[in-house]
Amino acid sequence: MDFSYTEVQQMLQDQVQKFVQKSYDFDTRNEIVASEAGYSKEFWQLFAELGWLAVPFSEQDGGLGGSAVDLMVMMEEFGKAMLVEPYTATAVLGGSLIANLSDGDQKETLIGSIIGGEVQLACAYVEPQSRFNPLNIETSATVQGDSISLSGTKIAVENGGNADKLIVIARESGAATGLDGLSAFLVDASANGVKLTAYTSVDGRKAAQVQLDNVQLSAGDRVGAAGAAGEALLQAIDKATVGVCAEAVGALESLLAKTVEYSKTRKQFGTPIGSFQALQHRMADMFIECQLARSIVMMAAMTLDSQEDAVEKTKAVSAAKSRIGKAIRAVGQEAIQIHGGIGMTEELDVGHLFKRVTALDIQFGDGEYHTERYASL
Amino acid sequence: MNADFSADEIAFQEEVREFLKKEFPADLKAKVDANIRLSKDDMVRWQKILFARGWAAPTWPEEYGGTGWNHTQRHIFATEMGLYGAPEPIPFGMKMVAPVIMAYGSEEQKQKFLPDILASNVWWCQGYSEPNAGSDLASLKTSAVREGDHYVVNGAKTWNTLGQYADWIFCLVRTDNTVKKQEGISFLLIDMKTPGITVKPIVLIDGFPEVNEVFFDDVKVPAENLIGEENKGWTYAKVLLTHERTNIAGVARGKRRLIALRKLAQETQDGVGGAMIDNASFKKRLAEVEIELQALEYSELRTLAALSVGKAPGPESSILKIVGTELAQRMDEMFVELAGYNSLPYVPEQFEEDFDGEYLGPGTTAAAALTYFNNRKLSIFGGSNEIQRNIISKAVLGL
Repeated sequence: MDFSYTEVQQMLQDQVQKFVQKSYDFDTRNEIVASEAGYSKEFWQLFAELGWLAVPFSEQDGGLGGSAVDLMVMMEEFGKAMLVEPYTATAVLGGSLIANLSDGDQKETLIGSIIGGEVQLACAYVEPQSRFNPLNIETSATVQGDSISLSGTKIAVENGGNADKLIVIARESGAATGLDGLSAFLVDASANGVKLTAYTSVDGRKAAQVQLDNVQLSAGDRVGAAGAAGEALLQAIDKATVGVCAEAVGALESLLAKTVEYSKTRKQFGTPIGSFQALQHRMADMFIECQLARSIVMMAAMTLDSQEDAVEKTKAVSAAKSRIGKAIRAVGQEAIQIHGGIGMTEELDVGHLFKRVTALDIQFGDGEYHTERYASL
Repeated sequence: MNADFSADEIAFQEEVREFLKKEFPADLKAKVDANIRLSKDDMVRWQKILFARGWAAPTWPEEYGGTGWNHTQRHIFATEMGLYGAPEPIPFGMKMVAPVIMAYGSEEQKQKFLPDILASNVWWCQGYSEPNAGSDLASLKTSAVREGDHYVVNGAKTWNTLGQYADWIFCLVRTDNTVKKQEGISFLLIDMKTPGITVKPIVLIDGFPEVNEVFFDDVKVPAENLIGEENKGWTYAKVLLTHERTNIAGVARGKRRLIALRKLAQETQDGVGGAMIDNASFKKRLAEVEIELQALEYSELRTLAALSVGKAPGPESSILKIVGTELAQRMDEMFVELAGYNSLPYVPEQFEEDFDGEYLGPGTTAAAALTYFNNRKLSIFGGSNEIQRNIISKAVLGL
């Protein structure tokens, strides 16, 4: 048993911490959120140079090993600073799909350009009726001779507006919510029949809704074999879920630290509010929540890295997301409450952290969904 | 013991229902149902309709133009309004400053201010909290120094709700620094157009500037705008706070939201071929909320019954504030849960009346997260829930 970080993990953590301290304060983040792209292209290039975009990929694919623990170490620091760069969409979700499904030149070229920071991806799988079930896909892919026609509606496409390529998951065959029959396609956002409505999320990230109306593709646009993308999709989502859990742990740690700090300086009734036992116990509970959240994410990351059994992996991921969902509500709401009115303002970072963790709770399925998924396995 | 209404009360209930159906403007009803924010003009228009009917001030005595209703009638009226989605009048004039003017104001002040409050000709706002005086309100520092026939006011107030619309502000100000903090506070009415007043909006986490900071820089206020005696303001303010805490349970609004929640659960697909209303866990939690709402409703009715036999509203109203706000916040969470991904797009324009773009997400789901964020204020304002628990432990339990 060894819970210490490897040298590489320690270095990753140091690097991200230094970058955030030097270049990614709250004001800078707000400027990036307000910009048209909603992320910094300059920082994205820096991430490429520092090797961060290679973290999710195996050495065989040209990456740094693809360990979930590495990803966790890095994304926790992203979470503390509420980084808005589309790391999950492009490098983790998009990257894993490509790594799991693609091969040959297509794979080499795409992964090379992800790691090099030259391409932005967005994974379009969520649909209006699918709620949190990633296999509930009605978007259809119909083969007509040499061409394939895509039609359907996708929502919550993170990074959709910035993506050079959308990875669209569509059904070629099989039952409505079945694992078999799903294929992944690379689609240009500018292609005929694609209508993309980009928006900013409540937590400052960019996303889009995408309408696909008889979009014409060729077989070469399919990633991997026809109808065989289901398993890869689930694996990519599980890995990305561990990433956002780690992000949430970082954000919750920030909320706790800021709340404790504020309670020491904010005086009412002639004394710091942190001297009131009623508040001390609640902050102690916030600390407990943060610790349990951290523990279960470590469990999930280690399970993904070492466990062979697919069901055990999935259970570990759902356990983490379920428990994190609880921590998100408890710590997020208490942080606002203990700050009082000032915590309700757009001016303070606490409210933004609260919004970020609320969005992270929803992303890839909320706590309730993952508790049920865990119970069903 | 029974909780039934008398025949007269049932007839009154019918009368209120008929009135609302006929008189609450359809365009406002549509806005409320679609979670679109009501403008100042909307609010004033509705309040003037209530005024025309003689129902603007259910809590006022008849001599000032109130309805003269007993507690049960007030309860019926508030319940029907809440169930229908008709907003209660903005409380700052009607429910906050008016009772203080009635109880402690001079005859001139009553004549000058009360009729315009009743007719919604004048919009009031509250100047209580300060950046360093929140839960510890009595430590407020905004000063009023008497110079001849006026006071000179300096300082800053915060969390001033909808002050951007206000014509007048009622303030707690410090008039004596040398005594115990509660004993040096006075209650002053100030015209917002007076030179030296600056209103600076504070944007909340849902993106709307619902509250403000109000700065006073050598603001000259006529001495005749002082309510009652100098340095007695804290006593008057406490009376006002008790009024603020009555009818705070929001039972009718809760019932209305529960219906909306159930409807949304019927419309929300669970991703595996059914609807969320049939999801066992969600169904159970929905039932828990409904049960809690009934416990709250009957707690409110018990308070009401006590008031009806002449008992003063006591610290029990703190129960209603705590449970009412925390229950509303639980429902907010369930709306977010149902809305799922649809609650994430931040498109504040679609909650404004002139929005003509395309809605993201079905129905009102896009408002779910913003409402969840905004309603975190419920357990903070009006005396935070921590302060309410202090009141219960001190005043009720004697700890």
